[in-house]
Amino acid sequence: MTALLEISGLTLRAGGQALVSDLSLRVEPGARVGLIGESGSGKSLTALAAVGLLPPEIRAEGSVMLDGRQVVGAREETLVELRGRAAAFVFQEPLTALDPLMKVGRQIGEPLARRYRREGRSPGRREIARKVRELLERVSLPDVDRVARAYTFDISGGQRQRVAIAMALACRPRLLIADEPTTALDVTTQSEILDLLSDLVREEGMALLFISHDLPVVARVAEEVTVLRHGAVVEQGPARTVLRDPAHPYTKMLVEAAAAFDRALEPAR
Amino acid sequence: MSLISVESVSFGYGRSQSVLHEASFKLRAGVNVGLVGESGSGKSTMLRLLLGLARPESGVIRYGEDVLDPRDRGFMRRYRRAVQAVFQDPYSSLDPRQKVEDIVAEPLRALRIPGPHRPVIEAALADVGLPADAISRYPHEFSGGQRQRIAIARAIVARPQFILADEAVSALDLSTRIRIVDLLKDLSKTMTILLVSHDLAVVAALCEEIIVLEKGRIVESGRTADILKQPQHPYTRKLLASVPRMPA
Repeated sequence: MTALLEISGLTLRAGGQALVSDLSLRVEPGARVGLIGESGSGKSLTALAAVGLLPPEIRAEGSVMLDGRQVVGAREETLVELRGRAAAFVFQEPLTALDPLMKVGRQIGEPLARRYRREGRSPGRREIARKVRELLERVSLPDVDRVARAYTFDISGGQRQRVAIAMALACRPRLLIADEPTTALDVTTQSEILDLLSDLVREEGMALLFISHDLPVVARVAEEVTVLRHGAVVEQGPARTVLRDPAHPYTKMLVEAAAAFDRALEPAR
Repeated sequence: MSLISVESVSFGYGRSQSVLHEASFKLRAGVNVGLVGESGSGKSTMLRLLLGLARPESGVIRYGEDVLDPRDRGFMRRYRRAVQAVFQDPYSSLDPRQKVEDIVAEPLRALRIPGPHRPVIEAALADVGLPADAISRYPHEFSGGQRQRIAIARAIVARPQFILADEAVSALDLSTRIRIVDLLKDLSKTMTILLVSHDLAVVAALCEEIIVLEKGRIVESGRTADILKQPQHPYTRKLLASVPRMPA
């Protein structure tokens, strides 16, 4: 099977400093891959590089093939066409990812209309509105008519992240990239969003690249994991194997830290 | 007397919104307590009341026999001596223009504790595991975890009885988080910690007792082990079930 995303030998530099070195990572169609790393590991930069969204001061070397197209060095037109169709992004902080001046309905309606144009269709305003409502229902938002008319500051953090996911779904991407999508949320909300993401990728047949520092969170959604440290891959493999029986000392240390918190909850098990 | 007692405390912003409703609990020396709740639970408001940054609408908070009254300067001086705070974000809670020495010395100045301060500051930095040369550096030279150590050094420098910690490890990476929890556990041999957090795993790792807040009400409280084993309230059960766990 050809990979949906194939990163090979990716090195990212700012000035003389390598922030990511010789990174390789594959995401097959429909696969759920976790990218684990702590602050400064280069995990977010890697995700941005996958869709050609790197800040201008960062130079990329190596290869990033997204849905059969080379992203490194690609022209903006190529990237714009790829984004949305091949991959969509959900960020950590929905408040900064969403436009505070635009009603929720329109924020989802715009990428939806773009997708229709891409598919050579031109649905009317009413059709778009109906589809927006469907998407809001798809991400389990209550009272979709109210939410569609609301601004982002009128709804809760968890609801905002659901809106951001609905926006990503509007593009009908083959790959969903989620960068710490639950880190800013409450535990119970986090749990709901993780369930939602797992259900959506399975039902829509999307692949998922899930980025987080939080091992138990990654364990809930990913089948394969890559562990990054200081911009370099230290370990890759099936999630269960890596998290149960880590080979690299750094992964061992991460697993031990997570296990210590797990043990603290032990009487609950 | 080493006791803080919260007695039927209610608080609201404006007439309509009740943020805390008749909350009562005790903080005894030697028993770390975790105040667990999510956004909107009133946990941050509870902390503001405990720090004397706001006054309850009804009910009282006592320290020993005395009622916590932010307007009573004599009381507040004694209270601050006994109660210090650590906040969530180590990037915004440390003044970037001050050297670590001056940041950590802040409670000593505020409480007018006679000097020399330098040995006391050095001891506090050593207690939180920072190198001796940290004293003459600036916050931006440190990582998030180290900054939180600086904030903890500031909290312990005047050797308080209680530390009120607001999500003190939530912004940190997992491996840093466990080290700071270990540090706090170590410090709690000589002082008592009230940890306000949404993270049950962190609370369970540090605190002997748990208080669960939901929408301004205490829905459950008791020994950590008992609550983990047999949570009584549906909300506590939901919180517990929501914590992501490592694969067995």
